[in-house]
Amino acid sequence: MTSGLIFGLTGIAVFAIGLFGALVMVEPLRRVLALKLCSVGAGFLLVVGAWREPPEAPDPVPHALVITGIVVMISATAVALALIRRLHMLERDTDD
Amino acid sequence: MVEPLLLFDALLGLAIVALAVAVLTVHDRFAMIVLFIVFGLMSALAWVRLSAPDVALAEAAIGTGLTGALLLTTLHHIRAAPAAPVPVPGGVVVANLGLCALIFGGLAFAFLLTPLQAPGLAPAVAQNMAASGVGHPVTAVLLNFRAYDTLMEVVVLLAAIVAVWMVERGTVQAPAPVLGEIYRGFSRLALPAIVVIGSYLLWVGAQAPGGAFQGGAVLAAVGLLLLLGRLYRPQPAHRPFARAGFVLGTAVFAGVALLVAGGGRLPFEYPAAHAKTLILLIEGMVTISIAVTLAALFHGREPEAVPVSEKSE
Amino acid sequence: MLLDLLALALIAVGAFFFVAGTIGLLRFPDTLCRLHALTKADGLGLGLTCLGVALLAGTAGEVVRIVLIWFFVATSSAVCGHLIARHVRRAANAGGR
Repeated sequence: MTSGLIFGLTGIAVFAIGLFGALVMVEPLRRVLALKLCSVGAGFLLVVGAWREPPEAPDPVPHALVITGIVVMISATAVALALIRRLHMLERDTDD
Repeated sequence: MVEPLLLFDALLGLAIVALAVAVLTVHDRFAMIVLFIVFGLMSALAWVRLSAPDVALAEAAIGTGLTGALLLTTLHHIRAAPAAPVPVPGGVVVANLGLCALIFGGLAFAFLLTPLQAPGLAPAVAQNMAASGVGHPVTAVLLNFRAYDTLMEVVVLLAAIVAVWMVERGTVQAPAPVLGEIYRGFSRLALPAIVVIGSYLLWVGAQAPGGAFQGGAVLAAVGLLLLLGRLYRPQPAHRPFARAGFVLGTAVFAGVALLVAGGGRLPFEYPAAHAKTLILLIEGMVTISIAVTLAALFHGREPEAVPVSEKSE
Repeated sequence: MLLDLLALALIAVGAFFFVAGTIGLLRFPDTLCRLHALTKADGLGLGLTCLGVALLAGTAGEVVRIVLIWFFVATSSAVCGHLIARHVRRAANAGGR
């Protein structure tokens, strides 16, 4: 039993939960959050892959990949949220 | 004998999974976003336990803090209509639940069979650290060994702000609430400190956890405080400056790559004597771009002539 | 050794106050009562924890950073508490009319 094992399984569980949410949820905002959960779960696996038992230093390459992934994810989230705001406005205008 | 820190890890892992479930099941949308922010901070804590402080900083600042601000401002704009959800048929839910359980099982099986703590690329990075120009391996990978990835990442950020400005063109959004005197006093106190902390994170990234992305995210908080406190109001006349800010990082990054490429060298093969200077130049400009872009993503639509609804405060 | 024990005691008491504040958050009936529990208990817990960690810090620079963290977390949580309370009062006023 190591920290790597525990958090690796955590990451896979979070990924599966996020995937389920993205498939089943109806509300757009919640679906975006579900996809965010997926991305965090994937980040967990990469960080676990980089991890070494403490006195040894971790592998920096996956760390850099996860940082890149986090920035890409906020870009995607921002565009998705802009689409949600626009969609909401169009729906509201049609209702009037 | 169970090691106490492993017990802590197990509890933290369970809390993270429980928070992920809670994010998707809680009814109230505001509570959903707050739970997501707690989830992100707990994940950052887990990554600190996995000795990845750079990633934890980026997740806490960008993946949780700024994403949370984006989600909350979106909720503010769409709160008017709690759309009546069309219920998903029970069969679909069960089928998807089974599918996801299968995926979890398969991934967990593969993960348990994977040899962890394999050598990976760490020795290759350690060998070339002396030639990279910086003392921190993650910064060396981001800005030197795999600089193409980072350049593309900055381009993605640029594409995001272009897309957001296009999508929201001509929309009128609900004005943000006025936050009052105490908040303004606080932001006046916090602003200089945030600027110092952001610059410090950028500078220390050459030697220790930190760097352009974490520093840029902290500096973007300056923009958020200014926008929320009405200390700065975007005007149509400011658009050229904003555009220059968005492009600055990409332009300097690509420019340095092209300039270095002459004389038989590849792009990003910095001359060893100037590696640190060039990396700091790129990082500094990229930090400014990231800060401006993230603050603009928070603001949403491009500044236009002030709509009537905002004039009458 | 004595310093370690003192730090441990301070952090433990700090954690106790955090737990107390969290229980208040979960058990109290309305938003203002919850804020009351949270801001007071967490403020004390934060101070004690920072003091304990500062005792364990190796260099003067680390102590300065911990003091700065304490100052900014304490100020921002006070301002957050104020903003939430203000919002609650306004919402109540708007509902009463």
